[in-house]
Amino acid sequence: MLIWRATDESMAAMMNTDFNEMLESMGRFNDELIRAGVLLAAEGLDDPSQGVVVDFTGETPEVTDGPYGETKELFNGFYIIDVASIQEAVEWVKRAPMTVGSKAEIRRVPSIDEFPQDNEWVQKERAWREQTGQL
Amino acid sequence: MSRPGSSDARAAVDAVWRMESARIVGALARYTGDFELAEDLAQEAVAAALVSWAVDGVPAEPTGWLLTTGRRRAIDSFRRRGVRDERYALLARDLDEAAPGPDALFDPDAIDDDVLALMFVSCHPLLSNDARIALTLRVVGGLTTSEIAKAFLVPVPTIQARITRAKKTLSAARVPFVIPEPGDRAARLGSVLQVVYLIFTEGSSASSGDEWMRTDLAGEARRLARSLVALQPEPEVFGLLALLELTSARFPSRLDADGNAVLLEDQDRGLWDRAAIRRGRAALGHAVAAGRGLGYYGLQASIAECHAVAPSVAETDWSRIVVLYDALGRLRPSPIIELNRAVAVAMASGPLEALSLVDDLAARGGIAGSHLVPTVRGELLARLGRTNDARVEWQRALALCSNGAERTVLERKISSGTIS
Repeated sequence: MLIWRATDESMAAMMNTDFNEMLESMGRFNDELIRAGVLLAAEGLDDPSQGVVVDFTGETPEVTDGPYGETKELFNGFYIIDVASIQEAVEWVKRAPMTVGSKAEIRRVPSIDEFPQDNEWVQKERAWREQTGQL
Repeated sequence: MSRPGSSDARAAVDAVWRMESARIVGALARYTGDFELAEDLAQEAVAAALVSWAVDGVPAEPTGWLLTTGRRRAIDSFRRRGVRDERYALLARDLDEAAPGPDALFDPDAIDDDVLALMFVSCHPLLSNDARIALTLRVVGGLTTSEIAKAFLVPVPTIQARITRAKKTLSAARVPFVIPEPGDRAARLGSVLQVVYLIFTEGSSASSGDEWMRTDLAGEARRLARSLVALQPEPEVFGLLALLELTSARFPSRLDADGNAVLLEDQDRGLWDRAAIRRGRAALGHAVAAGRGLGYYGLQASIAECHAVAPSVAETDWSRIVVLYDALGRLRPSPIIELNRAVAVAMASGPLEALSLVDDLAARGGIAGSHLVPTVRGELLARLGRTNDARVEWQRALALCSNGAERTVLERKISSGTIS
C-alpha cells in the first residue's frame, strides 16, 4: 500500500496548482501504473477540514472537527499496487507528481491467511471478506 | 542523488529495469529498426548503470539515463559499422539528430505501440515456447537472466543461450519490429496470450515462499495480462486476465502446512482471495460483454468462476461446468478436457454416466503415458462401490505416476479403498 501524506506545505502548494493540471498529472501517473499492470486500487480523501478527529489521549475519547492539528502530516489517500519488490514500489512512488512537502509511506498489506486461522474473530472477518469481496 | 553503493545501485537498476525494460527496448528497437541490437544496447546500458550508479548514486531520471546511454551506444555502434557501410553512417547521423534528448526517444504516442510490438516480437511463432517465455520475461517483464533461471530451476547459461538463440532467429528471419497487420493480428495475439498463460502455469506450480522477494512468475503473468488489457483490450485478453485472477484467488488454500497439494474439495474456501475473484469476474464480464462468444481462456475463466462463487463442492453449478467443458472441447479437442468434463459429469449426473465417458476415452487410448485416466476411473469405480476394481485402476495409475505428492495420495487411496 502506498500511503500519501500531505503536510501544511504541500497542501498550500496544492491550493496554488491548477485543478485541471493536477488532474492531468495524476491521471498520467495512474495511467502508467495501469499500463504496467500494477495498479489494483486507489482512493483519495476529501479535504481534511471536512473531517472529524477522535483523540484517545484522555480518559474519554475527545471529538474535534477538522484536521488533526497536532501533527503536520495528514493521511491523504492510498494506492494498492502489485509489484515484485519494495524497490519497485519505491521507484513508482518517486515518479508520483506530488507537491513539495508531500510524503509517501510504503507498507506491505498482509493477507488474511497470514493470521491464525483457528481464531474466531479471524474466521468472522474472513466470512465478511467472502461476502463483500474485500481484499 | 541517493546514497552511492553497489548494492543500492543493483536494487535501483533492477527495479527501474523491471518497470521500464519494455519501453526502453521498445523505443531503441523502433529507432534502430533492429530488435537484437536494441536488446544488446539496453543490456549494455544496464551494465553501465550498475557501475556508474554505484559511484555517483542513482540519477534523478533513471529511465532517461538508461535511454540516453542506450542511444549513445547505438550511435557508436552504427558509426563503427559506418566505416565500412555508408548506410550505418547515415543511421548514426539520423539517430543523433532525430533524438536530441532522452525524451525524444519516448514518443508518448509511440510508447504503447512500442511495448505492444515488443510483446508480439518476443512471442513470435518462429520461436520455441521456451525461447518465447525467456525472451518475454527478460525484455517485457524486465527480469534478469538469473531471476528467470531461478524461476525455471535451470542454470543461468541455459537461459542466456535461449535468449541469444531467440534473438539470432528473429534477426536471421528479418522479423520486423512492428505490430502485426490486422489480418495477422488475431493469430499473433494468440501466441502472446499463450506465452503469458505458460508463464502463469509455470508460476502456479511453484510452491509458496517469501513473496516479497521471490521471482513470482504467476504475479509476473498477471501483470503482463493487465498490461495487455490496457494496450489491446480484446475480449480474449480479458478472458486470459480473468482466468489468471480467478485461478490465483485459490492459491492461498492450495497447499497444506506441509506443502502438499490440497484437492479442490478439501480447500478452505475462506482463504480464497476475494479481491482477486472480484477482479477476475470484472474482467470476465468484459470478455462476455463483447458478445462474440468466449474463447479458450474465457471459457476456462468461466469454469474457474463457477468454483470461485460456489460455497462448497456440493453447491457448485456442475451442470454449467459440463456445458463449459463441452464448448472448450469443441474449440480445442483434447483428452484432458474430455477427462475434466467427465469429472464434472460425475458431479452433475453421478459416477455411472461419467464412467462410460472415461471408458470411451480409455478405449481410444486415453492420455498416452499419463496416470490421470486410471486415477479418475478409480475414483468413479470407488464411488460406485466397486472397491476392488478401483484398487486395480489406482495400481495402474501408480505405475504411471512419477510425482511424489500424487503418488502418496494414490497409495493412501489404495490402502484405504475410499475416495479421499
